[in-house]
Amino acid sequence: MSGFARRFTGMRAVLRREFHGYFASPLGYIFIVIFLIASGYLMVSRDFGRFLELREANLDALFSYLPWIFVVLVPAVAMRLWAEERRSGTVELLLTLPITLEGSYLGKFLAGWAFLAVSVFLTWPAVFQVARLGDPDWGAIFASYVATLLAAGVLLAIGLLFSALSKNQVVAFILAVAASVGFLLIGVPQTQEFVGKWFGGYVERVVSSLSLLDHFETLTRGLLQLNSLLFFVLFTVGWLVCGMLVLGQTKTN
Amino acid sequence: MTETDHPDSVSPTVAAETGAAPPEAAAPGEVLISVADLTKHYGAIRAVDGISFEVRRGDVLGFLGPNGAGKTTAMKMITGFLEPDRGSIEVAGIDVAADRLAVSRRIGYLPEDAPAYGEMTVEAFLRFIAEARELEAADEAIDRVLETAHLRSVRGQTIETLSKGYKRRVGLAQALIHDPDVLILDEPTDGLDPNQKAVVQDLISSLSANRCIVLSTHILDEAERVCNRAVILSEGRILVDSTPDALVAQAPGHNAVRFRVTEGDAAEVAAILSAADWCAGARVLPGGEVEAEPRDGQNRLNDVLAAVGEHRVADVRVREGRLDELFRDVTRGVAA
Repeated sequence: MSGFARRFTGMRAVLRREFHGYFASPLGYIFIVIFLIASGYLMVSRDFGRFLELREANLDALFSYLPWIFVVLVPAVAMRLWAEERRSGTVELLLTLPITLEGSYLGKFLAGWAFLAVSVFLTWPAVFQVARLGDPDWGAIFASYVATLLAAGVLLAIGLLFSALSKNQVVAFILAVAASVGFLLIGVPQTQEFVGKWFGGYVERVVSSLSLLDHFETLTRGLLQLNSLLFFVLFTVGWLVCGMLVLGQTKTN
Repeated sequence: MTETDHPDSVSPTVAAETGAAPPEAAAPGEVLISVADLTKHYGAIRAVDGISFEVRRGDVLGFLGPNGAGKTTAMKMITGFLEPDRGSIEVAGIDVAADRLAVSRRIGYLPEDAPAYGEMTVEAFLRFIAEARELEAADEAIDRVLETAHLRSVRGQTIETLSKGYKRRVGLAQALIHDPDVLILDEPTDGLDPNQKAVVQDLISSLSANRCIVLSTHILDEAERVCNRAVILSEGRILVDSTPDALVAQAPGHNAVRFRVTEGDAAEVAAILSAADWCAGARVLPGGEVEAEPRDGQNRLNDVLAAVGEHRVADVRVREGRLDELFRDVTRGVAA
């Protein structure tokens, strides 16, 4: 086994256990139901997506609100992953098996991500409807799903870090929601305007390039731009690496 | 209790029950754990302070010590969960700091309070452990440890619904699934009722063939029942490294003779005994009985009866030394 693969020893076993774990308790099903009701409501509501009023054969009404749903629901998926291990002491069992810290961390991340992917793909009836009613841009729909999964990934990596930081699931949840909201608020026009006014155009451009919402919108328009894809990949990897460092410190407390 | 100097002499049925390797595969006496100058600080507190010891195949080593003596910290370092500040640990010849993964494949570990994923069934939990350990014949291994730990009847139950005794056995089953050479058990019977304790102790005894076991406990009877080596730790240092039998012999009051005087004056008898040169002292106990303690820890029953002479005595018995008295002496810093 190469040195790099060895670093992630045990990932598969952790991934499988955690993924099945979502469906072994009501939590997973409750999550999926809430996610589908919330995304469906925001899509057709007259105050938000106005899908029925717009009469357009695209799914912007669905996708543009998903990051805001994720801000609350993704931390709920992530909060249990490390906080519960540390509270119950199983982290000691886990990390004395032939499983590396990196392997277990990535395994948990991928399990949560796979669970989120299942939830996201359960929005297929919406795709089915636009296909029946009109002639949608399939490229944009595909790109939108890619963008949604990438956004879910980066928010999950944030949630996982806070789960590694606090033994208390509720604290982990609240901190993760706060951090995720902050991460999203960088992208709203009001923030950018404020930054531009106080720190000048250069800082405004830097801040705007860090905006999850901007990159998300670029992708959902059907433009699979490299810098937007890199934005999500680099931030996800960055949060994961930070989380692993945090867990290395907190695992024994 | 007898010492297990020759692990090969253990009956083959025990080896078969535990699924241990056949006796001829074992090299008795081979050093499986070697710890040198192990030290760990938590901030300003020295949890483990330069301890060194070796554990050989066939040894059942009991870590004894008051709470906070450093037993758990030492075990966490042997399993690689904690990194030592100083010192080295080798398990089966492999340096823990250099290759934790290889060491973890040789060790079965039961952490304190036997943590397990409560929402999983016993069988699913063991399957996860088998998968994490990449066992080839997972089904056979799971079957074997369900049998060894007497868990067949609860294999389909979720772990959180089990009693403490069962949970502890799930923890043991998990530690045994890969049939390891080295077992590290942190307080395996803590918090169990007397019946559950006996079951777990018998289980541990049956596992000692062909392995080395390190267990921590603050129950001294347990060390006497299960271990053939006892290490007393206090404030992170090893105070005593001996056998439980030798410890009992060193304990204060070992082989003291106790009796009731039925005709004559108890105080007079005590005075006669105190004058004898083999006697460290004799006194009348609050209940009216006389106790005579030998200077050399040997059984002096005949000397006592000879010295008593004309006086009539009854209920004569020879006391065994009590480990907890020795333990209190030693850990208080008084020489044993």
